[in-house]
Amino acid sequence: MRMRLALVAASCAAFVTAASPVFAQKAGGTLRMSHRDNPPSASIHEESTISVNQPFMAVFNNLVFFDAKEKVNSPDHIVPELAESWSYNPDQTQLTFKLRQGVKWHDGKPFTSADVKCTWDSLSDHAPEGKSLVRKNPRKLWYSNLKEVKTNGDFEVTFVLGRPQPSFLTMLAGGYSPVYSCHVPDRVMRSKPIGTGPFKVEDFKRNESIKLVKNPDYWKKGQPYLDAIEWKIVPNRSTRLLGFQSGEFDMTFDSDVTFPLLKDVKAAKPDAVCEARPTNVSSNLLVNRDKEPFNNPDIRKAMVLALDLKAFNDILFQGHALDGAAMLPPPAGFWGMPKEMLPTLLGHSPDRKKNLAEAQELMKKAGYGPDKPLKIKIATRNIAIYRDPAVILIDQLKQIYIEGELETIDTTVWYTKIQRGDYQVGMNLTGVGIDDPDVNFYENYYSTSDRNYSRYKNPEVDKLIDAQSAEQDRDKRKKMVWQIEKILADDVARPIMNYGVANTCWDPKVKGILLQVNSIYNGWRFEDAWLDK
Amino acid sequence: MGSYLVRRFLLMVLTLFGMSVLIFVMLRLVPGNIADILVDASGSDPKEKARIARELGIDRPIAEQYVSWISGLSRGDLGFAYVSERPAIEEIAPRIPISAKLAGMAVLISVLLGVPFGVISAVRQNSGLDYFLRVISLSGLSLPSFWLGLLVLMASVHWFGTIPIYDSNPHSFLEEVGMLALPAMTVGFRSSALIMRLTRSSMLEVLRQDYVRTARSKGASNNSVNYEHALRNALLPVVTIIGIEAAFLVGGLIVTETVFNIPGVARFLVEAILWRDYPIVQNLVMLIAFVVVMVNFLVDMAYMALDPRIKYAE
Repeated sequence: MRMRLALVAASCAAFVTAASPVFAQKAGGTLRMSHRDNPPSASIHEESTISVNQPFMAVFNNLVFFDAKEKVNSPDHIVPELAESWSYNPDQTQLTFKLRQGVKWHDGKPFTSADVKCTWDSLSDHAPEGKSLVRKNPRKLWYSNLKEVKTNGDFEVTFVLGRPQPSFLTMLAGGYSPVYSCHVPDRVMRSKPIGTGPFKVEDFKRNESIKLVKNPDYWKKGQPYLDAIEWKIVPNRSTRLLGFQSGEFDMTFDSDVTFPLLKDVKAAKPDAVCEARPTNVSSNLLVNRDKEPFNNPDIRKAMVLALDLKAFNDILFQGHALDGAAMLPPPAGFWGMPKEMLPTLLGHSPDRKKNLAEAQELMKKAGYGPDKPLKIKIATRNIAIYRDPAVILIDQLKQIYIEGELETIDTTVWYTKIQRGDYQVGMNLTGVGIDDPDVNFYENYYSTSDRNYSRYKNPEVDKLIDAQSAEQDRDKRKKMVWQIEKILADDVARPIMNYGVANTCWDPKVKGILLQVNSIYNGWRFEDAWLDK
Repeated sequence: MGSYLVRRFLLMVLTLFGMSVLIFVMLRLVPGNIADILVDASGSDPKEKARIARELGIDRPIAEQYVSWISGLSRGDLGFAYVSERPAIEEIAPRIPISAKLAGMAVLISVLLGVPFGVISAVRQNSGLDYFLRVISLSGLSLPSFWLGLLVLMASVHWFGTIPIYDSNPHSFLEEVGMLALPAMTVGFRSSALIMRLTRSSMLEVLRQDYVRTARSKGASNNSVNYEHALRNALLPVVTIIGIEAAFLVGGLIVTETVFNIPGVARFLVEAILWRDYPIVQNLVMLIAFVVVMVNFLVDMAYMALDPRIKYAE
């Protein structure tokens, strides 16, 4: 009898233990969030800002997705979403997805392979004239290797690639790769998008609010747990944080709480859960090598040697930022070079005195000195996160006889200006949507890229970028990536000052939020979030 | 009087026409247009840029664009907002009442505080109360509104544990008043300081006039002298400043609307300028110009009511 009782008790305990994660979540309630600015539109494919991803990712699904339960986005953490499975052909040039059946768009129409084809035909410029689902296409480069999308019935689709590209699946797993529907015009997608995701857009009032409501027909049964998510657009950060402290908001906007502000937030709301994570947004120096005298490699090298990276980190991030090269460094970053390799890069040596002396010598060799300083303009976007490092940069360059004058550029013309090469030296911030070398290198360092703002052209690096992109062996690819990082640093392609780290806070009643550490753009489905009220 | 009104009306039309040309041309002189902004932020593709420019009609000659805008205006068609891709009227119309209510409340507060305190300060010149009111008014003029706004919000969190977050669908009139009260008080404080100082100096000047002395010598009471004889005449410059403030507040509440997160006209205008959303900017600036012109007209009319000696020549 005792034995039987023990067995029953053990079974009950095992059942409760196994079932508790399922039963723990409470359904219902509205998650109230603050938003930092007015999203330019609701169409994720047409925008390049977290202001769009964070609120609207929950409206969509991808074919595959970075596992929301894992902190690091990596090729090992890709899980199916609208695809049930995937496979490559033997030469790795055809990626076939078996699609989930019974999924419906928010307007009730069925999801099929035609929607996948429409989406990627639009993104790779293969859509027939007038049939594209996007008006602008900031990530066209991602799909330059995509030759064709073929459907095989309603629930199978094949991506035909020009050459093997292991990162292709990774790019499909990010927040920037939702599946759009064929039948919804691009104009609607920009204002009130229709997706298959856990939440439907009820209202998007420009400059005011965004309201998402639960999709009762979501294909993941029992999810989402929340009834709604309400975003209030509050452009003033002080007001946003006061709203969070007073309980008007349950959660801050992503990475909204800097380290100096964190102290205030914790003082006013001691029970707030605040988590710091790398944003994969780097502060970097743009030196226009097409402009005199920056076509002189000695001057470019001197500028890098003059940088005091620790000072940038201490002043702007209270020492929390990460030192890295072109890729986000590990352990947060999956591909970046190991910490012990960093000191071998130009400008990363800890011997600052020696660096400075060498920099001064190089400047003197180029004809500049204390009596004949080099006078330049340092351009930057006219917002605090850009201006602050630019001011520190100006101060540090004085030590090598460079007198910088700050030139602040209105946000709306900043990209136009640097793209045209209409600057000498610039202070820039670069966010990487997916922690993958293809995404970063092709966008920012490849000779023919529009976003290669410093006009760095190195055929050897282009070849290496192509080679790593096609490399199947991950360890080999990593080593190639580190080699590229080293060349880029030594060539002063786009010197990285640091990778930012910032805090996101939420009320303790908000559960099921997991911040991923190597991209701020990918973890906002909100289907696991719930309120413990 | 009739011909004066006609002249004023014609002048108003001429002013608005001049404003429309100025707004239209100046907006297009600013570097960059929405096609540049949309495309360049994410890599430049001249084909894409040209397509967007064609879609939005900004590749047409500037004169043609102007005529199209003005003829649309005359039909009540404000055009299509570039960013939201909705009719501009749908974007602008809901924001006007928000800013108008806020501006109205702010003006009301500023008049209710500014005029009586200005009179008291003048009547009790050089008393302790006068000094106190002058110091308060000076602080109203010197405190930047963004800072004052933040202080008010912090105080609200500290004392009431909440801040007024604007909701476009308030449940009751009182709730709406509650939402707008703090921002209106913040703005009204600055305006009331201005009005108070002007009322005080104007009253002091009038109180020294012969007719005031005559009234006193004839045995009129203090209240009668101050409020019936002096205040009415002292109000002329005050009315002018109230008019200017009211007109300014409709489009000039950018800081207050940002700090208190109110989706009004001013914040929207700034964002539209950043995006070079021409249809929104043109129509909003025209609206503000119209309000300024109308308020000036009303101020002129108010002069007549306040001072019967003012006659507008036939």
